[in-house]
Amino acid sequence: MVHIKRIQEEGADIIAVIGEIDASSSIELDLAIAKSVGEGFRKILIDCTGLEYISSAGLGVFMSYIEELRDKSIPMVLFGMKEKVANTFSILGLADLLHIKENKLEAKTLANELSV
Amino acid sequence: MSYQYNIGCSLNNLKGIREFVRNSLKHEGVQEVEMSAIVLALDEMCSNLMIHAHHCNPDHLLELHIEIPARGKLIFEIIDDGSVFDINYFNEPELDNLIHQKRKGGLGIRLVKAIMDNVEYLRRDNKNVCRLSKDVKI
Repeated sequence: MVHIKRIQEEGADIIAVIGEIDASSSIELDLAIAKSVGEGFRKILIDCTGLEYISSAGLGVFMSYIEELRDKSIPMVLFGMKEKVANTFSILGLADLLHIKENKLEAKTLANELSV
Repeated sequence: MSYQYNIGCSLNNLKGIREFVRNSLKHEGVQEVEMSAIVLALDEMCSNLMIHAHHCNPDHLLELHIEIPARGKLIFEIIDDGSVFDINYFNEPELDNLIHQKRKGGLGIRLVKAIMDNVEYLRRDNKNVCRLSKDVKI
């Protein structure tokens, strides 16, 4: 259903989410972000290039980290969303609550700015 | 046209529901972004029912019906015999509250209401029918 890969670049943990996130698989996204925070990364990027579908269960995972990451001053930036996936975020107005960028370079730049 | 799909209440079956909806609508000329939104709404309604009305018991069945009475007019019915939860009477929590309470739920109903034109509930043959309708641009 969903395949999650983590790679580290320039001090940022990049979590690549590939496939579909629904109520049966959102726990895997949750665990990946929890691991990243637990391992002490100061910048988290979510690579959505391979994300084909996300339901409210997955959106809820991102929402549930907003406050914790804000308190810990850890920027989390999502990037590379397909239009159909981005539409799900915008229906709920989450595009205003989360940091979302077009591509990895923009996401890294924003994460660097936010972590200063 | 009409289509039917019966499925056990396991969250692992949500993927099958999404494929059924996509396959049923593939010749209807629905644009990709709108198709994804419709698929999402059905996934949300079915996962809500599976979790809250059937406690993810795979022996409990949902019936999903799709009727297309006219081009661009879509009617979805989810039929079950669990407890009824009418989303029209559910006041969605504010997004700020969801963030503060670190709640991972509460967004699905908001999505369904935003995507579908109408959601209504009725009883037929001693079963609950949740009917969702949507007119699409083609």
